[in-house]
Amino acid sequence: MIDTASPTFWTELFQVVLIGLGQTLYMVGFALLFTIIVGLPLGILLVGTERGGLFSNLFGSRAVGRIVNRVLDFIVNLGRSVPFIILMIAIIPFTRLVVGTFIGPTAAIVPLSLVAIPFFARMVEIAIKEVDPGLTEAADSLGASRWQIVSKILVPEALPSMFLGLATTVTSIINFSAMVGTVAGGGLGDVAIRYGYQRFSTPHIVVVIIVIFVLVMILQGIATYFAKRFARTASGSDGSTAASRKFIRDTAISE
Amino acid sequence: MISIQSVSKSFGAGDRTTLALDAVSLEVASGEIFGVVGQSGAGKSTLIRTVNLLERPDSGTVFVDGVDLLALNRSQLRSTRQGIGMIFQHFNLLSSRTVQGNVELALEVIGTDARERKSRAAEILDLVGLTPKAQAYPSQLSGGQKQRVGIARALATRPKVLLSDEATSALDPETTGSILELLRTINAELGLTVLLITHEMDVVKTVCDSAALLEHGRIVETGKLVDLISTPGSRLARDLFPLGSVDVRPGTTVIDITFSGGTADRPVIAQLARDHQLDVSILGAAIETIGGSQAGRTRLELPGDAAVHTAVISDLRAQGLLVEIVGGVAA
Repeated sequence: MIDTASPTFWTELFQVVLIGLGQTLYMVGFALLFTIIVGLPLGILLVGTERGGLFSNLFGSRAVGRIVNRVLDFIVNLGRSVPFIILMIAIIPFTRLVVGTFIGPTAAIVPLSLVAIPFFARMVEIAIKEVDPGLTEAADSLGASRWQIVSKILVPEALPSMFLGLATTVTSIINFSAMVGTVAGGGLGDVAIRYGYQRFSTPHIVVVIIVIFVLVMILQGIATYFAKRFARTASGSDGSTAASRKFIRDTAISE
Repeated sequence: MISIQSVSKSFGAGDRTTLALDAVSLEVASGEIFGVVGQSGAGKSTLIRTVNLLERPDSGTVFVDGVDLLALNRSQLRSTRQGIGMIFQHFNLLSSRTVQGNVELALEVIGTDARERKSRAAEILDLVGLTPKAQAYPSQLSGGQKQRVGIARALATRPKVLLSDEATSALDPETTGSILELLRTINAELGLTVLLITHEMDVVKTVCDSAALLEHGRIVETGKLVDLISTPGSRLARDLFPLGSVDVRPGTTVIDITFSGGTADRPVIAQLARDHQLDVSILGAAIETIGGSQAGRTRLELPGDAAVHTAVISDLRAQGLLVEIVGGVAA
């Protein structure tokens, strides 16, 4: 039991919360970094290896493309369907192999990345599917390579949607980062559990909630800002949305 | 410049297969503007997309500038495509790039260095008349301006051939006119061969040297416009000069006379009235400048009896005019 009347209570609380926040930012930051590094290409591959996609003919073979697509899809679904708390425990041997331990903020980066990668990959997939296929066609007609199509067309055009997807991803990483507190992962979740739950200190819980809320708000704000900055279609590019253009294309396949 | 030989392409599988192109052959001469006309669903888009292999035909051959496209591997095809520009109905511009950035894309693809990209983009934007809009984003442009960007992008790499996939179909008539004029200009100035597809006969009439009519995946008719208009029964010619439908009154004969080249400025009708003492009525007429020369079609109603009509018609034919009998007593 903690003495809330103690003169050092609030300074101690802020110290503890500050350390927790630092650990959370550290975990979330690195998990986010790995999520982008792995999730972005994974998302692109997910779209590309679909039938008729950019990489459907992977290594000159349609079968390879199809198999890669199925495998990636399976992994992504698996990663997204296993509850985080179970995933975290189930991959302890892997975490140990990578980091050397499964306790502490550094170890927590592993499960956090693993849960966020498939999530973000789906976001990337959706964002890229929103890009008008006519743009890929135009690039094709210019003689662009597949890499050029990805780097000059798909990613820049999908960037606004991807930023919004990233905001959702960060929010869920922060969400999950609180859960690693249950297995001594550190961070704000750890503070809430050790002080708020185990020692019945309501102020700790309240402060942690406020800090996390503010953190999410700031990150969401940043992502929205970038999404708007990169979106140049405020007035609708040419009077028709991507969806309606797609509809027009789909209804006129024989043309 | 473009030679397509018995190209076929079908979509779908099993019972739901549709044959989009049925053994289509087409010859586009160097430096001409060639228009393929047809209704939606006729296979026009598929046809034009086979020329740069955006659509790979099931059978047949495609030659552009002497190169057998179907024999190329991936990287050879990419470099060949850089010599074939293409513009699209919905412009297909990158919303994330400025006008200049969109034009530079074509040059980035072929690995032009930054300074040259900039000067080439400026040059080509000047040609299409968009220099003041170089730093604007596509969302800030009108449809006609967007298509000018599309044209600039397609021409940036100095292609020999330009493919136009319904490039004016999303534009209003006035803008269509200015875009067609631009196509005419670049065709003349750069010696560019243009293959365009359209469902608008006006586009063919305004800019094309030659045309083909595509129906249900087959070429029904093809040739130079000047030849087509003097071809009896040509459907393209009939569509070029629409005279509408006609009710033939009893005791009369209705004929269509096509003038072209040297016959266009002769006082044929006045002569007819004088020589045969006929009170000829003009039911309809259309005059156009096609392929740089005057051409027209007049629909006449001849009163009187069939014998006179036959004499008149053979007289007109003797003068080198194309006469088609629409209906009536001499039919």
